Amino acid sequence: MNQLLIIAVDGLVFASWLFLVSVGLSLIYGVLRILNIAHGSLFAVGAYAGASLVVAYSTAGLWAPGALGVLLVAALAAGLVAGPVIERGIIRWTYGREPVMQLLVTFSVFLILEDLTKLVWGVSPYYAYQPYQLLGQVRIGGIDYPAYSFLLLLVAALTGVGLWWFVRRTRFGRVVVAVIHDPEISVAMGVNLSRVYVTTFALGSVLAALGGAFTAPMISVVPGIGVEVIVLAFAVVVVGGLGSLEGAAAGALLIGLVRAAAVHLLPVLELFTIYLVMAAVLLVRPLGLFGRVEARRI
Amino acid sequence: MNLPRGALGVLLVAALVVAGLVLPRWLVFLLALALAKGVAVLSVVVLMRAGLVSFGQGLFFAGAAYAAGFAMRWWGIREALLLVPWSVGLAVGLGALAGLLVARYRDIFFAMLTLALSMVLYGVLIKAYGVTGGSDGIRIPTPTLLGLQLSGDDARLVVYYLAVAATAAAAWAVGRYAAAPAGYLAHAVRDNEVRVAYLGAPVSRIVYAAFLLSSGLAGLGGALTALNVGHVDPGLAYWTTSGELVFIAVLGGTGTVLGPLAGAVVYELIRSYAFKYAPYAWQMLVGAAMLLIILFLPGGLWSPVERVWRRAQG
Amino acid sequence: MKTPILEVEDLTLHFGSITAAERETVIVYPGELVGIVGPNGAGKTTFLNLITGYLRPERGTIRFWGQDVVGLAPHQITALGVGRSFQIPQLFLTLTVRENVLVALATREGRWASVRRPLHEPARVQAADEVLLQFGLLAQADRPAGELPEGGRKLLDVAMAFALRPRLLLMDEPTSGVSAREKFQVMDTLVQALREGGITALFVEHDMDVVRRYATRVLVLSNGRILADGVPSEVLEDPEIRLAVTGRR
Repeated sequence: MNQLLIIAVDGLVFASWLFLVSVGLSLIYGVLRILNIAHGSLFAVGAYAGASLVVAYSTAGLWAPGALGVLLVAALAAGLVAGPVIERGIIRWTYGREPVMQLLVTFSVFLILEDLTKLVWGVSPYYAYQPYQLLGQVRIGGIDYPAYSFLLLLVAALTGVGLWWFVRRTRFGRVVVAVIHDPEISVAMGVNLSRVYVTTFALGSVLAALGGAFTAPMISVVPGIGVEVIVLAFAVVVVGGLGSLEGAAAGALLIGLVRAAAVHLLPVLELFTIYLVMAAVLLVRPLGLFGRVEARRI
Repeated sequence: MNLPRGALGVLLVAALVVAGLVLPRWLVFLLALALAKGVAVLSVVVLMRAGLVSFGQGLFFAGAAYAAGFAMRWWGIREALLLVPWSVGLAVGLGALAGLLVARYRDIFFAMLTLALSMVLYGVLIKAYGVTGGSDGIRIPTPTLLGLQLSGDDARLVVYYLAVAATAAAAWAVGRYAAAPAGYLAHAVRDNEVRVAYLGAPVSRIVYAAFLLSSGLAGLGGALTALNVGHVDPGLAYWTTSGELVFIAVLGGTGTVLGPLAGAVVYELIRSYAFKYAPYAWQMLVGAAMLLIILFLPGGLWSPVERVWRRAQG
Repeated sequence: MKTPILEVEDLTLHFGSITAAERETVIVYPGELVGIVGPNGAGKTTFLNLITGYLRPERGTIRFWGQDVVGLAPHQITALGVGRSFQIPQLFLTLTVRENVLVALATREGRWASVRRPLHEPARVQAADEVLLQFGLLAQADRPAGELPEGGRKLLDVAMAFALRPRLLLMDEPTSGVSAREKFQVMDTLVQALREGGITALFVEHDMDVVRRYATRVLVLSNGRILADGVPSEVLEDPEIRLAVTGRR
């Protein structure tokens, strides 16, 4: 019983992290039909921005809980600067080209960003442990958990609810849904596609940076952290169904719980759980849990 | 019909043979590495012609390299002419298994699934320390050729000629495949799968066949790399290794066999300098170059040369 | 009594609440040239998609030369001798016009996996050029198919189906995209090629004049149902049928 609780808590925490780092990828794919390999780099940029700002903020000796706000600001700034620059400067020239070429373009962006982060922030690690330390421990079922894990859960939940509200309840959100559904008809109806694309890309970038910024306090921020993230995020998004926000949540939950179960019951498999879940889901549902079939007219 | 091209191939092989005798040792070594990489790039090109981008060729590249390492370590086999076929065979075996899963997918799914599979291998190589030596990898002792014990410079030269021979064989095989119905059908799959099916040809098996050929080529490149470097480590399976192969394929273009090979040589030469002078800007340069090529020279750097060549032939 | 080449019985398929095919039953004998007519959305293309295995019916049987083909994939059904051309031409746009036909020929020979000889074997190139000559495409043989104008694409699409020498050929609007002036010319070519090859054919067509002039039999489809089946001169004179097909009396 106790073990089940532990698995559930661990799984939920890991799932919320997975959701944070992958939902932006799914959003961008849903609207632009481009798989953004640079998503991992945007995560890294967010982590570096968050870590360096928190370090500066803490060294200045300002009000300690404010560091959490600093993380948020860092993510917003990183995403809102990098996103539009990348979309307007590079990605938009590839609309309408083969998906494979678009993939290579985002791969190029990934390579450029990897070195840019090294040039901007150097290669020595950043430790932004202050927010993590600040929140202390929480005791559940006789076990101590870092309270920061639950903050992560909260951030993921707020992000999910916020996105849901944005998509279902705002005018712009409904335009986005229309574009996901049928870009050609949307244009015919007077939708400004460029604006939708740049806004979506910026939002997706903010989400990636948000994942990075709130991850920063839990790790040492070093070059290369973005690489794993793109693989993990892709796995989550594929399990849920590319382009589906609900799918990203479902994929994150499934993978999070299965991995937590593996960690506690079958540690040997831990490393492979994500890929096993992905392979299993794809064998049964090739387009993921929430994927929609798009038959080709002939 | 392909006489001019065949003659060009013979000329190039002859030039490489002479190069081994006259060039300084470090350059010969670099050339051997570039050829090994070039063969692996051909494996990417074969898939690209079928419209598929693999970000996971590292699976076969590293798989074959480690296979050579294990054969030396466990069974004491040091004969290069045994090690290479064994490694390639293992890579094709891996390809046969992986192909069962990925041959159904296209576009980004194919790219990311191959990427995921290679990362699984990377994880195994890192974690299974007792078998694979973890992140330190395995040392590959100097191989023998036809039972001859080799040492020092001789060994390097022999491995270089092995690479030249293997590259020539791989180039010939890929050229022949590309000119045959099987190669054209793969190209046809890229253009229009529905039509291929409505001609009566099974799309999935065409893709599977291309995938097997590709895994064998990547394996050959990996085995040659292992023998050249004398060491294998998990980095061979890392997805940036695979990404590098994709980049060189874009650089050299996918329309020819020589383009990617030339691309690999140019890439290795530039990299050996750039790494020395701008270690933190290298990836950025690669990324920027790839962007420029994709946006402005979709046929690869080689394509203007190819155009001139064609015009010269009438 | 001749053996039917195609027997379709009770064929049924729905897309949600839309009836794509409802209890369609048709028997086609060798040598027939069957025109399929009906308003947009009547299920004409769906009918071809079902026969060729692109869609799977909910119910019903499809037999080709007596062999049940339901559940087979398009490539398997094609390999049995059922050719198909498309409403939107399905070509290999980055291959040359000749290579498009060469690939079709190599596949017909069962050599799609062959690496022993090049695609451009002299005998095969000659055969391809004969097909191209027949369809008036020889002058464009070395151009990429993507550079062909719409009418040329349509012809190449049909030529590829012909190159397979099928026993049954299904054509989806073979003359759409061809100018009104050239329509009959194209149909003359097609019908002659069909006769020479001893090919039975079904073709979807919007132009009633074309159907009247060439079809030996006409199927009228509406809302996934077969409304009428008979000789064009009789069926197409029925005012009810005319209304259903053209919306005009």
